[in-house]
Amino acid sequence: MANLFKTVPTTDELKHRIQQALPGADVQVEDLNGGGDHFRAEIVSDHFQGLSRIEQHKLVYDVFGNEIGGAIHALSLKTSTPGGTQ
Amino acid sequence: MSTTNEEIRKFLESAISENEVMLFMKGTPDQPRCGFSMRTSAALNSLGVRYAAMDILPDPRIREELSAISDWPTIPQLFVHGKLVGGCDIVTEMYETGELADLIGVEQPDDAEPEPPSVEPPIQSAPLGLENRLSD
Repeated sequence: MANLFKTVPTTDELKHRIQQALPGADVQVEDLNGGGDHFRAEIVSDHFQGLSRIEQHKLVYDVFGNEIGGAIHALSLKTSTPGGTQ
Repeated sequence: MSTTNEEIRKFLESAISENEVMLFMKGTPDQPRCGFSMRTSAALNSLGVRYAAMDILPDPRIREELSAISDWPTIPQLFVHGKLVGGCDIVTEMYETGELADLIGVEQPDDAEPEPPSVEPPIQSAPLGLENRLSD
């Protein structure tokens, strides 16, 4: 189904791009409705240390720029540091 | 239409600064037009706080200007005391931990459930046709 649209990102692609931006991050990406446009990502990374939730989520949103709201209709995030959420 | 982007931005800025709790959403708290907006307003409703809500759908420029102000790409956006708190994920998480109640300065309801009451999977209620896009 997803193959109908060549620009549709896959969960692996999203995961890979997040890990490139945040080396060493533990990333789980889920395609919420199988349509390749609503994703949920859970990310555990040292890079989030000392950042507010807003700043943590912005780090991830920045990876995708204006694809959020475009090809990626929605990306739901849960971010934390290896030591726990903050 | 004679409203300029400048006027829209000024209006948004004053809405953010004049309302202690300001929610920008798709639709209204009574008739949310997107599951994410619905969950976010449901969290506020559960806390029983007074808040201002603005529907961003009527003019695509509202969203453009709002995202330019907040540097945040998605809707909904919740502002408390003039500062962006976050969208659905952050607000929901902070509701569950009690941080949202603390931030706004209200009591967390005793019967607070782990999730805001009117939970439906956001994907079920976010029909694509209702969305407006920044890129167009």
